[in-house]
Amino acid sequence: MRKLAWLAAAAIAVMGAGAADAQQTPRKGGTLRMTAPYAASFGSLDPHVTPRAQDDIVGKSLNRTLYNWNTAANKLELELAKSVAVSADGLTYTYKLRDDAFFHNGRKMTADDVIFSFTRIMDGSKGYPGARYVRLIKGAVDVEKGAAKEISGLKKIDDFTLEMTITDRVDPGYYFFGGSTAILPKEEVEKGNYASNPVGLGPFKFKEHIPGSRVVMERFDKFYKPGKPYLDKLEVLIMAEAAARDVAFRNKEIDTSILGPAQYVAYRADPQLSKGILEVAEMFTRSMHMNLGSIKPFQDKRVRQAINYAIDSNLIISRLVKDKAYRATSWLPPSSAAFDKTMKPYPYDPEKAKKLLAEAGFPNGFEFEWTTSQNESWGLPIVEAVIPMLAKVGIKAKPKLVEVTVLTELLMKGDHQALIASSLTGPDSLATLRCYYSKTPRTACNYTGFNNADFDKLLDDAAQEGDMAKRDEILKKANNLLYDEAPVWFFNYNKAVLAFQPWVHGLQANPTEITHQYPEDIWVDASSPAK
Amino acid sequence: MLLVLGRRLANVIPTLLAVVALVFLLFSVLPGSFISGMNEDGRSTIDPAVMERMRKEMGLDDPLVERFAKYVAATATGDLGTSFRTREPVTKMLAGRIWPSLKLVLAAMVFAILVGVTLGFLAALKPGSLIDTAAMVGAISGLSLSQFWFGLMLMYLFALKLQWLPSFGYGDGGLRNLILPAIALGVGPMALLARTTRAAVLDVLNADFVRTARSKGMSERRVVEWHVLRNALVLVITIVGLQFGSLMGQAVVVEKLFAWPGVGSLMVDSVFQRDMPTVQGCILMIVLFFLVINTLVDIAYVVIDPRIRYR
Repeated sequence: MRKLAWLAAAAIAVMGAGAADAQQTPRKGGTLRMTAPYAASFGSLDPHVTPRAQDDIVGKSLNRTLYNWNTAANKLELELAKSVAVSADGLTYTYKLRDDAFFHNGRKMTADDVIFSFTRIMDGSKGYPGARYVRLIKGAVDVEKGAAKEISGLKKIDDFTLEMTITDRVDPGYYFFGGSTAILPKEEVEKGNYASNPVGLGPFKFKEHIPGSRVVMERFDKFYKPGKPYLDKLEVLIMAEAAARDVAFRNKEIDTSILGPAQYVAYRADPQLSKGILEVAEMFTRSMHMNLGSIKPFQDKRVRQAINYAIDSNLIISRLVKDKAYRATSWLPPSSAAFDKTMKPYPYDPEKAKKLLAEAGFPNGFEFEWTTSQNESWGLPIVEAVIPMLAKVGIKAKPKLVEVTVLTELLMKGDHQALIASSLTGPDSLATLRCYYSKTPRTACNYTGFNNADFDKLLDDAAQEGDMAKRDEILKKANNLLYDEAPVWFFNYNKAVLAFQPWVHGLQANPTEITHQYPEDIWVDASSPAK
Repeated sequence: MLLVLGRRLANVIPTLLAVVALVFLLFSVLPGSFISGMNEDGRSTIDPAVMERMRKEMGLDDPLVERFAKYVAATATGDLGTSFRTREPVTKMLAGRIWPSLKLVLAAMVFAILVGVTLGFLAALKPGSLIDTAAMVGAISGLSLSQFWFGLMLMYLFALKLQWLPSFGYGDGGLRNLILPAIALGVGPMALLARTTRAAVLDVLNADFVRTARSKGMSERRVVEWHVLRNALVLVITIVGLQFGSLMGQAVVVEKLFAWPGVGSLMVDSVFQRDMPTVQGCILMIVLFFLVINTLVDIAYVVIDPRIRYR
């Protein structure tokens, strides 16, 4: 109930902001000062090199991808193509590319640029992060392994028509909307200093980068969306310290700021600041992965369920996470089309937990090691709160602290008994659930070593289903099965919160990552103090 | 003088080697590797086969001693390697960070010397007075303050309340943006200098040669300027040198808080991403800075006090 109330409140807040903006005519000009909160520097301005959310804050302004995420419609849509025709077998996509998209150097984008960009991403000697997505295209793996120079599944029909053959019946939109698959101009990349002088297709062109401080961009007048962007200038300021961001935001030196749990409480309580809060349930699920092969108790479904019953997740979310999260019901987030809205999260029921443990042959509980990072929302503070709850039902958890950056490596190695982490769980529900497919290796993302024939069958059926609505229904069943099998403790979905100044309009509550704004839709009114 | 310089430089190389060896060793025992810096959204983005190939090409599977030897050889030619994170030369990344770092450290030291030495001197000239008590209370407070907390208070007062200065950022690299981070960074050395100067001046004021100078009828002002100041300066310069040299490494917190683009914040980011070439480059830079400052201090001793000779 609490979660539904929050979702409703968030929806009203977002819709309210949108409705107010819709009544006003966007103003041309002005400067927007966004913040990059995740690190004290950008990794690279070459979008193919970097897998980081921090870098794509700038990437969304400088570059464009084949698809984008339409927040208002909560779905993917074509960005660099005007239309696409799909073959009967669902494996060949023929794109009619935009003939009005220009790079910042003035040259028109063609099919060659798409082919060049995807081929570059598959350079196996570089380990570019986007390879994870481009592998979908037939022949891409051969290029990655050095067995071919060209991706056989990409064919240029003419300058603005591209045929793409994929290896799996999936929606390629999920694969080609992230910044790491941006389309870049060959001639600029081959100059060798692309990261210092990026030239993309985005609504803003590069002006200045002071490493560790800021990136400044200016409006690109030949951007393909008529009348956009509205802003003259866009600054992305690096501000990794939440307390410093708070002072700067209150001092009106920045226009947007990501809020942590402590600030979220303060901003909600402030009559002025509370008017500029954008919230969204991001597609990240926080959970404790149980390594099923590590200790015997985790192999029993009843034990895993008992853990879910033994923890008062709502209490932790309200007291420790300060309500800056939505209670997780299952693996897929509520924004997923395959999310079952009738599903209820595991209730807090220690007696039932004890009963299940006894039935599983562990009436006196058991002991396990719980690997965690220091993260305030899904790390040690949470683990420390859970330990006494588990102790009540006889389970002894011993925390093991590691740095957040090494969590994934530990998961890949399987060198843990249980591990709490935040996992991307969207927007592609099929790809998300494949992390529990028995043939998915641990190094890919089957971190629990989950192996269930019924679940596999559902995923196989979903992959074969061409009708997306029917596919979602099958995936819904798979997600429900996962809920019942409980290979993880379903803790929460991240509630991303972006504070914005009253003069900023057109922000999008992007559930894939709230800092990833399509800046051509943002405008500032005349009350903005920025020059 | 040349002998002093030669001796000091001869010490620099083994010190640098020891530091680089230590960093190598530390990173080899720390959990996580370059793959940690290449993860995306909690998943590895690299195909395991490609990962293995990259490890081989980067020489990460070679024995530690071999990798260390290769690194030292490359460093000797000015090649600090390529960042795992940005795929750019480390020297290029450092080049963009050195000037902001130097600016911050210099400004912090200027603040520390001007305020710290003046306060210490005034306190010593009138021991037990109100100014002495106030200066020493200020010095102890300055030594105990957390840079992070003090920086936030500066932001709150001078940016949010008084609106005199920007709260964060590099701006155009000018003085307005530099003042607050420099004070936040300089308050610790300032406090130490105030205490040291006071102690050094008091010590000299009680020395025989000062008493002799006074008994000769020399004016108090002349005694202070000619004898006390010059003699007390040796100890003060030692502290200035040590503080100045280590300040670049200490600037991490202030750089991150004020979003100042220095070497410290680059190093911290790189540590978290296990970007070893960049971390090594940053540490090398910080250590080199420390050694250069110390060498300059040694030379300054000789200039100020000709009695000091190095054998």
